[in-house]
Amino acid sequence: MSKIIVMTSGKGGVGKTTSSAAFATGLALRGFKTVVIDFDVGLRNLDLVMGCERRVVFDFINVINGEAKLNQALIKDKRIENLYILPTSQTRDKDALTREGVEKVLNELSKEFDYILCDSPAGIERGALMSLYFADHAIIVTNPEVSSVRDSDRILGVLNSRSRRAEQGLEPVTQQLLLTRYDPERVERGEMLKVDDVLEILAIPLLGVIPESQAVLRASNVGMPVILDEVSNAGLAYSDAVGRFLGEDIEHRFVTPQKKGLFSRLLRRSA
Amino acid sequence: MSIFNFFRAAPRASAVQAKERLQIVMAHERAGRSGPDYLPMLQQELLAVIAKYVNIDENKVEVKLDRGGDCSTLEVNIELPAREQAKAAAAAKTAEKPAGNDDAAAKRAAGNAGAKKRI
Ligand SMILES: Nc1ncnc2c1ncn2[C@@H]1O[C@H](COP(=O)(O)OP(=O)(O)O)[C@@H](O)[C@H]1O
Ligand SMILES: [Mg+2]
Repeated sequence: MSKIIVMTSGKGGVGKTTSSAAFATGLALRGFKTVVIDFDVGLRNLDLVMGCERRVVFDFINVINGEAKLNQALIKDKRIENLYILPTSQTRDKDALTREGVEKVLNELSKEFDYILCDSPAGIERGALMSLYFADHAIIVTNPEVSSVRDSDRILGVLNSRSRRAEQGLEPVTQQLLLTRYDPERVERGEMLKVDDVLEILAIPLLGVIPESQAVLRASNVGMPVILDEVSNAGLAYSDAVGRFLGEDIEHRFVTPQKKGLFSRLLRRSA
Repeated sequence: MSIFNFFRAAPRASAVQAKERLQIVMAHERAGRSGPDYLPMLQQELLAVIAKYVNIDENKVEVKLDRGGDCSTLEVNIELPAREQAKAAAAAKTAEKPAGNDDAAAKRAAGNAGAKKRI
């Protein structure tokens, strides 16, 4: 049986797509057959971050509408074995996502894949609701910032009341926090919420802390999931988070300011 | 004030304020989310009960809600109009006691609406 993960946040621009690309790649690197689905209908972006934008022919909505076969729409990653992308439509709107249609596609995917990762759009409308509805696990992507934390709490409420598991009285969707764009130096100056503050407020387990990193933009420029940048802090932090998700006990890194020696200054380009 | 003092006298760290503000607003929001909101119904039923015994002027009903961390209070202030009789009787008995607004009794109902459960 495959597991369905939703990468969600409520707020936009916090790093869901970046994290979806990194996580899907990380799971595939560890040998799990993984597909990552873009639920942001109308605003296709996952294809760019994954570097497969020029290979999109059919999309998720075409499959839902029966206009294309699932295997025609699935894009196999060129770098990583076991990794597939299901891009979304740029032309339709989110009403094209019906619960029955999404369920049909997920059922078909679950015959083949170990993990199905759903990249949620922002907001709490249809696209976001559909992306979380069938989830077994939710990764709550949050920035250490007031509106992001509040929106994450809203999404936790939605997961606990409007997901399939909630509606059918099944075991609840597991929820883990991925705190992204964390800047330990600003935290030390008292300008940014600490990991512990956010954990105390949201009260869900911590999956990982991804530092604010220039490597993220560099990676998205070239269409490479940042987890493949193995010298960057962000890449390493994502890798750790994937390990934790799979049950490994890995200590959190990059949560305190790094010592600014000559060596680290020279290395800063890759930080 | 020297430039050093200027920097030292910085207000509380903004992150501390961020945390406090979040804790307050989210406690309220979570409470509002816990189940169907029974407060409007509680208020209506309370008024109905009181209306069985006294005339209530709908415009003289004040409802306040204070959502705290562990416990919330619902405060319903109902001004009970002194009826002509009661007024007369009261006037006859105690001349020094002014009638009218000050005579109004306040009914207070406290409801624990502090559920922290998310739904
Ligand atoms: N850890 C990070 N460090 C620096 N920039 C980041 C980080 N994570 C995300 N970003 C940037 O934030 C922006 C929004 O990220 P994205 O993943 O598209 O968010 P979402 O999908 O939640 O809208 C992008 O420009 C991305 O490069
Ligand atoms: Mg996105």
